[in-house]
Amino acid sequence: MHTATDGEIVQFDNVGLRYGADREVLSDVSFTLFPGSFYFLTGASGAGKTSLLRLLYLAQRPSRGMIRMFGTDAITLPRDRLPGFRRRLGVVFQDFRLVQHLSAFDNVALPLRVAGVAERELAKPVADMLDWVGLADRTHARPAQLSGGEQQRVAIARAVIGRPELLVADEPTGNVDPDMAVKLLRLFEALNRLGTTVVVATHDVHLLKKVPDSLIMRLDKGRLPDPTGVLRYPPRPAAFPRGGGEL
Amino acid sequence: MVEEATSSLSRSVAQGLRSLSGREPELIPQARLSGPMPWVIAIMVALTVIAAAAGLALSNTARSASDELSGGITVQVIEANPAERDRQARAAVERLKRVPGVIDAHVVSQDEIEQLIEPWLGARAGDDAEIPVPALIDARLRESVNGENLGALRRSVREVAPSARIDAQSAWLTPVFGAIDSLRWLAVALVLLLAFALGAAVVLAVRNAFGTNRDTIEIVHLLGGTDTQVARIFQRSVGFDAVGGGTVGLVLGLIVVLFFGRRFSDLGAGLVGGGALQWYDWALLALVPLAGVVLAMVTARITVQRALRRML
Ligand SMILES: Nc1ncnc2c1ncn2[C@@H]1O[C@H](COP(=O)(O)OP(=O)(O)O)[C@@H](O)[C@H]1O
Ligand SMILES: [Mg+2]
Repeated sequence: MHTATDGEIVQFDNVGLRYGADREVLSDVSFTLFPGSFYFLTGASGAGKTSLLRLLYLAQRPSRGMIRMFGTDAITLPRDRLPGFRRRLGVVFQDFRLVQHLSAFDNVALPLRVAGVAERELAKPVADMLDWVGLADRTHARPAQLSGGEQQRVAIARAVIGRPELLVADEPTGNVDPDMAVKLLRLFEALNRLGTTVVVATHDVHLLKKVPDSLIMRLDKGRLPDPTGVLRYPPRPAAFPRGGGEL
Repeated sequence: MVEEATSSLSRSVAQGLRSLSGREPELIPQARLSGPMPWVIAIMVALTVIAAAAGLALSNTARSASDELSGGITVQVIEANPAERDRQARAAVERLKRVPGVIDAHVVSQDEIEQLIEPWLGARAGDDAEIPVPALIDARLRESVNGENLGALRRSVREVAPSARIDAQSAWLTPVFGAIDSLRWLAVALVLLLAFALGAAVVLAVRNAFGTNRDTIEIVHLLGGTDTQVARIFQRSVGFDAVGGGTVGLVLGLIVVLFFGRRFSDLGAGLVGGGALQWYDWALLALVPLAGVVLAMVTARITVQRALRRML
């Protein structure tokens, strides 16, 4: 695991976020993510998980507070340096965000192409990755021809193909059966063992038990009630009430 | 300011053309016309080309006709007595030839005159005509005819040929030139309106393309695509629409122009066949779709950059 000397990969300090003039959907959010750790972000639907992840994958600037990523102040980062930072991230979007007119192969290849990887060097890794998520025979299918679960696996393959330093996944097992969910978690764990920091947002409590060494952040109405922000599994009863299907 | 604008313009066009050439590795392999917008562009380009061709042809025809007629004068000797008529005509020609600035003067032969009036009066039985036909003299000045030199010629010719009537040839056609001129202005107005509508169609096409490409743009952006990479995807998509629509429109427009050119040259008016459209006129017509493509590229660039800036 980590020690304080590892340094942090992400640091949020008193971060607040509001959309337009509405009330804040995130308030006073402070936490630190350490390299190589596996985090679950839990909370009821509407608690702000997706909003927090959007800040993490640099799709959104906070309304207030401080965010450091990879040792750099992400708030004052000039626009032209953001693409470089985004390429160090892998993102599984809640709504997949696959390019509809591209095949599964081309969707998974997209991050490599964006990063300038030569065509002859990306064919094998992409095929291997599709094989790994069980879509070897669906390589040429377009998203519309795939089931929800298959699309989700394409989205995951695309997120991890570039061996990101930080993997951010928003409800990545929402559309797959329990067996596939476990399999996908194993993929995240394997990636985690290779050094990738993983953040998985989920409202599914059962998932948490599947990754023994994981850390848990629980959002409640846009706040992280635990003062340190991050809990270790199994959580204290107060922060993690028994029998609560929804966190 | 202007330099900045032109350099940004040439950059976006260069980038657009580069992205169309396909030499750059493709992030998003797609190359197809999308939706009805290319067709709208094609129709607007065709209409603009046709209106511009009509305006240019009218303008050229009017100019060459007026060049031809501007130095021409016609002398009629209206005299019932044939012997006196011939004498005065010959005297008038002699006098005209001595006037400086007159480069040609000749009596139009009786055969030619009869040919000219035959459609109106029918074939004449013989020389003893009931209707006296005036003698006609065709003369040409080096300069164009104006009130001053025409007046001087009149005084001079009447001294030797009192029955002579002298007119500038352009005077006959003044109402025709007036009509051609207003047609020309109509063509200019039409071209301006159509060009404006073409511009609007292009801008709409770009917006439409942005709508269909928006998801892709956002995804590539979030996967770490640079603004240049993202803009290129979009410019390529727009470029295919604009180049496709522009080419189809130009071809349609030229077919119509050539068709009418043939019909008019059959009439003898020589709109196209007679060279009424010069090479630079054709080049101007080809500029219409080109301007459409450039406008599309620039609009695409501005649209995508604005959207990207809003996306963070
Ligand atoms: N783009 C947006 N504009 C306005 N409000 C939003 C937007 N996205 C999310 N919200 C609001 O923010 C709150 C948190 O939403 P979200 O982050 O999606 O929660 P979760 O992912 O935990 O379900 C909700 O009340 C939601 O309505
Ligand atoms: Mg969500």
